[in-house]
Amino acid sequence: MLKITDLQVKVADKDIINGLNLHIKPGEVHAIMGPNGAGKSTLSYALTGRDGYQVTRGSASLDDQDLLDMEIDQRATAGLFLAFQYPVEIPGVSNMEFLKVAVDAQRLARGATKYSASEFLKLAKAACKQVNLPLSFLKRGVNEGFSGGEKKRNEIMQMIMLEPKLCILDESDSGLDIDALKIVADGINSQRDGKRSFLVITHYQRLLDYIKPDYVHVLADGKIVKSGGPELALELEAQGYSWLESYDRNAGDASE
Amino acid sequence: MTEQLDEALSREYEAGFVSDVESRTFEPGLDEDVIRRISAMKDEPQWMLDWRLKAFALWKKMPEPDWAHLQYNKMDFQAISYYSAPKSMDERPKSLDEVDPELLRTYEKLGIPLIEQQQLAGIAVDVVFDSVSVVTTFREKLLEQGVIFCPISDAIREHPELVKKYLGSVVSQKDNFFSTLNCAVFTDGSFVYIPKGTRCPMELSTYFRINELNTGQFERTLIIADEGSHVSYLEGCTAPQRDENQLHAAVVELICLDGAEIKYSTVQNWYPGDENGKGGIYNFVTKRGICHTNAKISWTQVETGSAVTWKYPSCILKGDNSIGEFYSVALTRGAQQADTGTKMIHLGKNTRSTIISKGISAGKSNNTYRGLVHMGKGATGARNFTQCDSLLIGDKCGAHTFPYVESRNPTAIVEHEATTSKVSDDQMFLCQQRGLDPEKAVSMIVNGFCKEVFKELPMEFAVEAGKLLEISLEGSIG
Ligand SMILES: Nc1ncnc2c1ncn2[C@@H]1O[C@H](COP(=O)(O)OP(=O)(O)OP(=O)(O)O)[C@@H](O)[C@H]1O
Ligand SMILES: [Mg+2]
Repeated sequence: MLKITDLQVKVADKDIINGLNLHIKPGEVHAIMGPNGAGKSTLSYALTGRDGYQVTRGSASLDDQDLLDMEIDQRATAGLFLAFQYPVEIPGVSNMEFLKVAVDAQRLARGATKYSASEFLKLAKAACKQVNLPLSFLKRGVNEGFSGGEKKRNEIMQMIMLEPKLCILDESDSGLDIDALKIVADGINSQRDGKRSFLVITHYQRLLDYIKPDYVHVLADGKIVKSGGPELALELEAQGYSWLESYDRNAGDASE
Repeated sequence: MTEQLDEALSREYEAGFVSDVESRTFEPGLDEDVIRRISAMKDEPQWMLDWRLKAFALWKKMPEPDWAHLQYNKMDFQAISYYSAPKSMDERPKSLDEVDPELLRTYEKLGIPLIEQQQLAGIAVDVVFDSVSVVTTFREKLLEQGVIFCPISDAIREHPELVKKYLGSVVSQKDNFFSTLNCAVFTDGSFVYIPKGTRCPMELSTYFRINELNTGQFERTLIIADEGSHVSYLEGCTAPQRDENQLHAAVVELICLDGAEIKYSTVQNWYPGDENGKGGIYNFVTKRGICHTNAKISWTQVETGSAVTWKYPSCILKGDNSIGEFYSVALTRGAQQADTGTKMIHLGKNTRSTIISKGISAGKSNNTYRGLVHMGKGATGARNFTQCDSLLIGDKCGAHTFPYVESRNPTAIVEHEATTSKVSDDQMFLCQQRGLDPEKAVSMIVNGFCKEVFKELPMEFAVEAGKLLEISLEGSIG
């Protein structure tokens, strides 16, 4: 599914990601943890092609398509989805309009037909209910005046509607109350169908209680410094990151 | 991202073609004789000619205005032709079947298929090509209800009592340099009269097209809504792509009698000139309406075209409890300049006005909102609310806001809000990450910004306006 080899990413003339390797197979859930400023969001931006995140070395492919060669929207229609750490507002554009334009664009690019208006409405309502947002949110401007937790749930709603192949979730659990955390986790779990893969960026092992990852990686200093199973998250929760300092910096290739 | 958008900018102005129509065009130049000839072409009565000549005498003494925020080449008024009409119009066609097929094709290409339009109930169209009205649809059907919708040149002959009473009653003959010129040389435009208590059964619209080279378009629109009546009117405009600047100096007067309501919408898409400011229409327009007791005038405009726009649709709120509204979207890109806004003149008690202005600037364009809210001595309990939002795309463009307030009545309340924002990289990235190409992304963000204004447009035109913005915005980040 996703294959990243020896990736190096420069941001504002600084190497932030430096020789990162990661291989995610279809249906797998990988969690990435790591201290603030380690480069987790940077990795997600480099993969999705954001301006200013310059890949200076290495490769990244999605189902054997070279991601780094594609425009942002092409990567999206190829099946790459990013749930943002800080979702942005688009005043005046209703959630419904936004979803419709995005879903239409992606379906057309993938050679599928557009949904009819009524089919689409049904799906949108279902997705909205699934993340436990009132249907009135479909009419509100994208993230306009949404609370932090509502924004995060709105991202999951978009994910459900867009049916991506690989979902990158950048701290989708931050700022959520206990009920909302469960709703977000349920939303993610409902999209696990054995084929769709997930890259879950989080600081808290709590989310991983709900979304059982196949692998947990620790990102520090621009590369993966340790990989393991779900138990690694528990260790980190208990001990923090300092015990990793002595670790072999190349241990990140473990998941290859 | 920026480069991609720049590339896309090469998209042509879609309405930029020239129609191959043989025309009878006056040689350039302006003197009394030209005015006499225009008047004669239109078979006008003597009083009309006298009115024109009086305006011409006034105009000759007026200096051309100098505006702080607009820069353009001063015009040579002797180098413009003041009349041009297709030869096929020598004999006025009596029905669509008699209209030159090339003219029909022109409008079909512009997305206004006249034949189809006639079948499509709900919209009556007056089509003005250079200096003449080509056809007015549904004229008879409207007349059944007493609604007069016809070219103004017909109204001058057929309804002189109405024209004499109201022409120049809102925008006086000596109002300003361009309106006075219009009084002298106006060629065609639409006339509307809605009788007492009548709700006009259709949307009325006029479509203006400048085709001929070096001609000016001076149209004149007069709308009279009698007591308790209601009408919704829309105008649209386009012109071919040419390297020379062309002048469009229109005058629109609205008379809204007791308890009447006029909704006037404009979708203006004159040729804007090229990236470097070569060519394009100079759009100097005077639009004003008067509201009597309990009357309401609502101006909605979507301005995307023209090299230079100078336009302030205004309301004189003379009658008590009358209402004035102004909803505007003005988009400038490339080297376009727009100086637009409104004047709300509150004279009556408890008069209300609302101004919502959305200015969008891209490229190296300049977009100015200029508005005046005047609260007269008698405007007890009057209120105004003004909101001016500017959206910048890129960092080479400019947005300016000049809200003027004059209050002579301490009980009148004036509120003003203004914001300036940018299409942010974050918003663009979000849209693109969801699968939108950069152009769709900008146009969606801008459409969202304009929502409050678009919802004021008649349904089918709101869609059109959205599309127009999308086209105008292609590649506008630079
Ligand atoms: N646009 C930018 N300009 C300058 N520095 C940047 C930019 N984006 C990221 N960085 C820097 O890159 C480093 C990695 O940032 P990133 O946001 O990827 O961290 P993170 O692992 O997601 O942290 P957190 O857990 O706090 O979200 C930080 O030092 C950050 O300041
Ligand atoms: Mg982060």
